[in-house]
Amino acid sequence: MFLKVKDLVFSYSSTRILDEVSLELEGSEILGILGPNGAGKSTLIRCINKILNPQSGIITFNDTNINTMTRMEIAKNLGYVPQTSTNPFPATVFDTILMGRRPHCGWRNSPGDIKKTLEILELVGIKDLAMRDFTELSGGQQQKVVLARALAQETDALLLDEPTSNLDVRQQLETMEIVRSLVHKNGISSIMAIHDLNLAARYADRILLMKNGSIFDVGDPFSVLTPENIREVYGVEAVIKDEDGRPYIVPKCPVKNCNECCQ
Amino acid sequence: MSIDTGSISLEKIEQEYTSFVGRKIIFLIVLLLLIVVLIGVATTLGIIDLSVLEVYSVIFHKFLPQYFQVPSEVADQVVWNIRLSRILFGIFAGMGLGIAGAVMQVVLKNPLASPYTLGISSAAGFGAALAIIMGWGFFGNFLIAGNAFIFALISSMFIVGIARHKGATPEIMILSGITIMYFFSACVTLLEYFADPDAVKGVVFWMVGSMGKASWDKLGVLACVLAVCLPILIWKSWDFNIISSGDETAKSLGVDVDRLRNLSMIISSLMVASIVAFTGTIGFIGLVAPHITRMIIGGDNKYVLPCSALVGGLLLAGADVVAQNIIPPVILPIGVMTAFMGIPLFFYLIMRRRKGYW
Repeated sequence: MFLKVKDLVFSYSSTRILDEVSLELEGSEILGILGPNGAGKSTLIRCINKILNPQSGIITFNDTNINTMTRMEIAKNLGYVPQTSTNPFPATVFDTILMGRRPHCGWRNSPGDIKKTLEILELVGIKDLAMRDFTELSGGQQQKVVLARALAQETDALLLDEPTSNLDVRQQLETMEIVRSLVHKNGISSIMAIHDLNLAARYADRILLMKNGSIFDVGDPFSVLTPENIREVYGVEAVIKDEDGRPYIVPKCPVKNCNECCQ
Repeated sequence: MSIDTGSISLEKIEQEYTSFVGRKIIFLIVLLLLIVVLIGVATTLGIIDLSVLEVYSVIFHKFLPQYFQVPSEVADQVVWNIRLSRILFGIFAGMGLGIAGAVMQVVLKNPLASPYTLGISSAAGFGAALAIIMGWGFFGNFLIAGNAFIFALISSMFIVGIARHKGATPEIMILSGITIMYFFSACVTLLEYFADPDAVKGVVFWMVGSMGKASWDKLGVLACVLAVCLPILIWKSWDFNIISSGDETAKSLGVDVDRLRNLSMIISSLMVASIVAFTGTIGFIGLVAPHITRMIIGGDNKYVLPCSALVGGLLLAGADVVAQNIIPPVILPIGVMTAFMGIPLFFYLIMRRRKGYW
């Protein structure tokens, strides 16, 4: 087992955000985390990366408890793409991506790191942004740069928190294709919190559905994304279709108004 | 953007990046040359009239005594113990204030952070006022400087202590810093209210700041502090870049954010405390030198930190030279001069930028 989370509990003062969450991530798979706003998706990802410290529960990575690992060791194994990113001071896109090399070198970068950064610029398709200032970019461009920084980290696992929330439809697909090809070609794994049910259905190998800080269901896309589960978790009536062997979800209406619209 | 970006080749990007880094190195070298020139010019200026030849004979006599003669005992005294020590002291003090300001702005993610806005300077001012008005203090021989140093350290330890207790977030540090600034200003006002006018005048003169107390002993102390602090800060400069992308990102890239923030606050406060203790309050350099630097070379701290130090040194020492020579024999307060020289430069740079703040 690659990454294992067992009985994770996290609270902000008195509010319990995560309630005994357990999950297992295999090598070379994309695990999509779905759930409504406030279900605890981002908190779960932050706990796994030790950005937040859970009150109880065990997280192991290749059978090592992450509490016994230094931050630098974790950074060598886990890459993290936050939802939003800001920088009050100017930094070029090139320098921003170069930061991803930090876990692999001492206090300065080497020519090898420059080369790696150039490769990543090409891979993510943002070569022409290289010398632009990060703060001048659009939200979608910034999101790609932040993904590129996590890729420059060259980790075995990627934690993605809403990696496509600011992107247009083409860029959403491009980003997901990049992640999928890395997972399948390089054998890395990814945990991805995401709002778009159909993007998750299409690209995730397994789906973990969360509600109010606990796991509601987990399994392959067809078994989890059922009309019953979607009604229970999101309060939405939906029709599930089969599109290229993947579920395609057509949301119809909120449950409480159902009599008016779903006749 | 997006997939059809074949227009620009990777070699071209690498070239651009290399020349981008090259420009920053050139800026660094230009600053170093300017400092050498400043030292060379400043030692020839002053109330006691010495020719350029005399001044340089005195200087080179130290290194090559067989070739250069000392023109007179007075010249030797003036050049070594007054002019040269003073200009070097200005450069070192400015360097410390410049780099401390740059570090504080980055780790607190606030462009307004500086030794002054964090209350370190006003705490030092209170320490000095206590010594001048009441005659109370630590260290008998260095009463005023010692007191200023101790109080500057107390205030910054207080901020770091609160941060340790409540989490080292930028907001907590800035808020406690500003609160401390108001507290010590109030304390100084209270002391002045009950003090006799001569003592108040002494406090005002101390607060205005001056390079007049420079000496080789103090220069030695300051040089030692800088020799320890500057390399540590510059060694951490990549981590400072990462921290300004956000605490979460920095943690995910392996940086121990709280420890780095505490460490760098302690080091920069120590530097500021040892400078302010000798010079009095000089508020402006720590705020403006880093901004001037970033406007010229961008935000990469590997270059921003050393360049801010040099810009700070140039500004402070340059302002001191002008302050001494503009209406001799009157020496204008150094704080006034740094503001008069720095502010037009600062506004020029703001107006010159096409886009936004940077």
